[in-house]
Amino acid sequence: MTTFTTTTTTTRPRLGAVTAESTFVSRSFIHSVRDVEALLMAVVLPTMLMLMFTWIFGNAIDPSGGYVDYVVPGIILLCAGFGASSTAVSVSRDMTTGIIDRFRTMPIRSGAVLTGHVVASLVRNLVATAVVIAVALLVGFRPVATPLEWVAVLGVVALYILAITYLFAAIGLAASSPEAANGYGFILLFLPYVSSAFVPVETMPDWLRPIAEHQPITPVIETIRALLMDAPLGDSAWWAVGWCVAIIAISVGWGAWLFRRKAGRR
Amino acid sequence: MTLAIQAVGLRKRFGRTDVLAGLDLAVPAGSVFALLGPNGAGKTTTINILTTLVRPDGGTAHVAGHDVVAQPGEVQRRIALTGQSAAVDEVLTATENLVMLGRLSGLGRRDAHVRAAELLGRFGLADAAGRRVGTYSGGMRRRLDLALSLIVPVPVLFLDEPTTGLDTRSRQELWSVIRSLADDGSTVFLTTQYLEEADRLADRIAVLDRGRIAAEGTSEELKARIGGDVVELRDADGGLVVELPTDGTVHGLRAAVDELDRSPAASADGASVFIRRPSLDDVFLAITARDAAVPLSPVEGSDPRELLETK
Ligand SMILES: Nc1ncnc2c1ncn2[C@@H]1O[C@H](COP(=O)(O)OP(=O)(O)OP(=O)(O)O)[C@@H](O)[C@H]1O
Ligand SMILES: [Mg+2]
Repeated sequence: MTTFTTTTTTTRPRLGAVTAESTFVSRSFIHSVRDVEALLMAVVLPTMLMLMFTWIFGNAIDPSGGYVDYVVPGIILLCAGFGASSTAVSVSRDMTTGIIDRFRTMPIRSGAVLTGHVVASLVRNLVATAVVIAVALLVGFRPVATPLEWVAVLGVVALYILAITYLFAAIGLAASSPEAANGYGFILLFLPYVSSAFVPVETMPDWLRPIAEHQPITPVIETIRALLMDAPLGDSAWWAVGWCVAIIAISVGWGAWLFRRKAGRR
Repeated sequence: MTLAIQAVGLRKRFGRTDVLAGLDLAVPAGSVFALLGPNGAGKTTTINILTTLVRPDGGTAHVAGHDVVAQPGEVQRRIALTGQSAAVDEVLTATENLVMLGRLSGLGRRDAHVRAAELLGRFGLADAAGRRVGTYSGGMRRRLDLALSLIVPVPVLFLDEPTTGLDTRSRQELWSVIRSLADDGSTVFLTTQYLEEADRLADRIAVLDRGRIAAEGTSEELKARIGGDVVELRDADGGLVVELPTDGTVHGLRAAVDELDRSPAASADGASVFIRRPSLDDVFLAITARDAAVPLSPVEGSDPRELLETK
């Protein structure tokens, strides 16, 4: 029989500033790496979409062949959406298996579990975005951005991923099951189509145009496009950042509220 | 005597049913306490309240000296829970699960690994330590779930039906773990459907029925409450025909035997009478007896619940 050393009982210490968060981040990284299919899908689906838009629809939409330059920013955002929607599923899975009760009976900041999922998703999506941009360059994407503009693009893309990931994390909390979470994610993935991602807003029917112009994705896309293709930026950068920050604020608040409310629901 | 758990008048209502209707508990520090009760009695609900997962609708509860509603963080620093359903990360390996919990409990990376290896050995999971928990059998998962709660020796340990689904060896192993934890000063609060387990393991036992503690005491005290020995009438094949509790007096025993004598089954070929000490099962059945089906026939027509209460 093995020896079993329990001395006297101990009280769990209050954890340092980042111990809980970093523990949950590494947990979520392990989850990401082990879910090879999801990882692959997050890269393959946007890539296939891009190839479809540039090779199949591209000539019909823009016979001059420059459509790839137009569509890449939209694909980048679509890619971020695919990646983020898997966050909703992971969060929902945590909520519906007993593991969340174990964390809730420990002295851990309630947001730490979500932070783990969000950070892992952010990194996952940035990698996927890099792959998508590399493929885009292979099929004829010719951005004219300066290094500084590239940094700005990275910043906007990261902020957008953060916003949509937090939103999906909250959706994961609200959903009754991982399957439902997946469904909600799917609905949100249609948003880029009703924006300037694939066709200019001017070509849309009158009733749709105001929606497409004023939804959050359009200024983000316009900002990335302006930075990459050296087009006039206008005020879209402000709108993009404003939207993303607002979405993060609302999602974090909503998420914290949901997390508390669902405590011990099972 | 310091109390590790103290609950006064706990109430919890789900929809229209009062699951807990004024529950009182007092668990001495360093003891093993078993909460018994039929399915749906509110055992898990009680544990959920005591472990800060659920807020009570009324009453107060203190665990390790802190109020579960007012100071949940302080309570959480001093407890661990293995719930009724598995609370393990299926994507991670057993080692990764344990190290994660160790880190979250304030252990350094090295200490967490050392402790994880120790627990994996103790719970017979060393060979499967590097496998994803998703591939585990139900009993292996359960053992990991229990090991996770022992990653640091907390003052108060809650185990909701810990041995359900465990094989005999694992069950006995867990019993010895629980005993040694209590010897080292931890308080263990457990629920179980196995009365033998409560009998052997628990210092004190409480029976939860209709939202209240219907009986509480040591195993011997509870058995004493049912009165004296139980008289059984068995048929030729040894099958139980009827059993009657007695109040321990000569008169009571005679009355019980007389009553058996009046039953036609007593005159059947090969029928025989036995006298035995009451078991915890008798206590449990008598206390939780429902009007529709009284499993233990009363002496002289009295309600077994009255028998217990008037004692
Ligand atoms: N979240 C909930 N919503 C509604 N009803 C609930 C909820 N949780 C528990 N109940 C009800 O409360 C009652 C007690 O449930 P509880 O799980 O505490 O019983 P238990 O004693 O643990 O039973 P078992 O032996 O089957 O584990 C049951 O009738 C159950 O249906
Ligand atoms: Mg239960």
